[in-house]
Amino acid sequence: MQTDTVQLVFYLFSFLIIISAIYVVTLKNIFHSAIFLVLTLFGVAGIYILLHAEFLAAVQVLIYVGAVSVLMIFAIMLTTRLASREIKQSNEQVMAGIFICAGFLLASLGSFANTVWRVVDKPLPENNTLTLGQLLMNEYVLPFEVVSIVLLAALIGAIVLARKEGA
Amino acid sequence: MPGIKIELLIPEMFLFAWALFLFLYDLGAKRKNSQSLGYLAMFGVAVTAVLLSLFHGGMVFGTMFQSDQLALFFKVIFLGAAFMAVGASFDIASEKIHNHRGEYYGLILLSTVGMMFLSSASELLMLYIGLELTTIPLYVLVAYFKDDRLSVESGMKYLIVGAFSSAILLYGLSILYGLTGTTDIVLMKINLSLVFLANGKIGPGLILAIVMVIAGIGFKLALVPFHMWAPDVYQGAPTPITGFLSVGSKAAGVVAFARIFVNGLIGFATDVMAPLDWGIIVAVLASAAMILGNITALRQKNIKRMLAYSSIAQIGYLMIGMVAATDRGISAVSYYMFIYLFANMGAFTIATIFNDKTGSDGIISYAGLSKSSPGFAACMTVFLLSLAGIPPLGGFVAKYLVFASGIQAGYTWLVILALLTAVVSLYYYANVIKMMYFSSESPSYKIKPPIPAQIVLFIGVAGVVIFGLFPQPILNLAAEAAKVFAF
Repeated sequence: MQTDTVQLVFYLFSFLIIISAIYVVTLKNIFHSAIFLVLTLFGVAGIYILLHAEFLAAVQVLIYVGAVSVLMIFAIMLTTRLASREIKQSNEQVMAGIFICAGFLLASLGSFANTVWRVVDKPLPENNTLTLGQLLMNEYVLPFEVVSIVLLAALIGAIVLARKEGA
Repeated sequence: MPGIKIELLIPEMFLFAWALFLFLYDLGAKRKNSQSLGYLAMFGVAVTAVLLSLFHGGMVFGTMFQSDQLALFFKVIFLGAAFMAVGASFDIASEKIHNHRGEYYGLILLSTVGMMFLSSASELLMLYIGLELTTIPLYVLVAYFKDDRLSVESGMKYLIVGAFSSAILLYGLSILYGLTGTTDIVLMKINLSLVFLANGKIGPGLILAIVMVIAGIGFKLALVPFHMWAPDVYQGAPTPITGFLSVGSKAAGVVAFARIFVNGLIGFATDVMAPLDWGIIVAVLASAAMILGNITALRQKNIKRMLAYSSIAQIGYLMIGMVAATDRGISAVSYYMFIYLFANMGAFTIATIFNDKTGSDGIISYAGLSKSSPGFAACMTVFLLSLAGIPPLGGFVAKYLVFASGIQAGYTWLVILALLTAVVSLYYYANVIKMMYFSSESPSYKIKPPIPAQIVLFIGVAGVVIFGLFPQPILNLAAEAAKVFAF
């Protein structure tokens, strides 16, 4: 791909992410917010593809766009009358929040621009996903396994909290 | 991969398997028989400690799992905290938790497994996963009394603050990765110096990363100004869990902090990053913690809230050793955490038993306790005096060592501040003792703790007294632990 095209696509995806993220936190209908969240996460998957992280992009679409968002939408629809209710997403601290976020944005932009980053100078391996899989099963097998303990703990915890007492 | 010593993972694997066993055992056991579960959990923790003494020393999977002296020292603290938290939970488990007792104990063990992985990780990825495994079971445990509004509220608060701080921490770690291209903490240090030598600068990205990692771990440690959640969560959570939270998860944060900052970013404390070195940031936060924690604790009427603010202040003292960033500092921090385990777990166990008996957490209800239950009141006195740092108890030696390391490293102002606030802290610790001993009230009830809680109290008192009078063996181990870092 030409660099110009890549840049153009990058800006398109960024625009999509930012606009829909703003909608997520400002819309009054929580159902609409969830739909825009799907769009945000989809945009992030697009950025991953631009960065040659195809596997990550696929996982992002499968898990975040597919599973997590659908689960959220289910939860909203199954909760009585939540989908049609108007909610207020801000409180009296909204101005303070905007200032802090703007300050953080400026600080991070300023420091990112003036920092020496480590750049990968070699070309990426052809079989990105294959390499990733081999790494996960060799060097990174311990974190890979421990993450499954984390998931188990979260699963059990969720069941304990969600189950009706006395059942 | 040659030379993998997979047997080093046996203690963690056993504890994990034991947690699973508890989940399954609870399914099969009769509902009324809650005692056996608690004893089984205590047994599992004890066996893990034995296994740990057999299998340690060396690495598995590179630096992802380093079973070194520092990890070993802190793993003993985690196991001690889990043992004492389980021992304090017997009454709560049989009276307030009607379902899911196995899950209650099992989740404590799973959280301990997370702490153990965390303390062994000299690598950012494993460190983060260990931290998550530590906190996720704790979110559930904090909210375990589902009928109690305070407990559910504190669970919700802890979950939101915890998720938020994890995100900040992860962002900071990802910036560190972007700067260095590695997640190995020691390699990170080398790469940073290479970047610096090649370019003459690293840039403000490192400062941003450092600030975010301090904030992320600061939330877990309840360091001021990231402490807002602590009093509410400590008050609402089941009391043994509060103790476990204040000792276990704090010790885990301390190890993470030591590994990232004292080991990984030490070279960048003075010349490269000046004037914004992490030592100054943490020193300021520590002094804020000491001032705010101690002053606010003065006004508390609830024993759990008072202990929450006291633990905020204690972390302030402990951070002096961290800021010193010398081998003396790290060994002082390790010893401090070790004594803190006994004193704080003991104090929270007392609060648990007292609440089980009287249903109250108010400091005022402790009035006249020494008349009805003299032994019980004496235990509490020992724990509080140790927390206050009165000789000859362990807390005194711990404070002395931390302060000495601070002075040696040139942070005299911080130590003077710590001494002043320690005097203030004496007031609110002594206030509880005054309530128990010098009140004209004589309560009608007599507190007789269940046997496991008696064991816990005995361990607590013995630890504080014995390791206060004879600190040398522990000090030697702590010095060994500090040698892990190359200073």
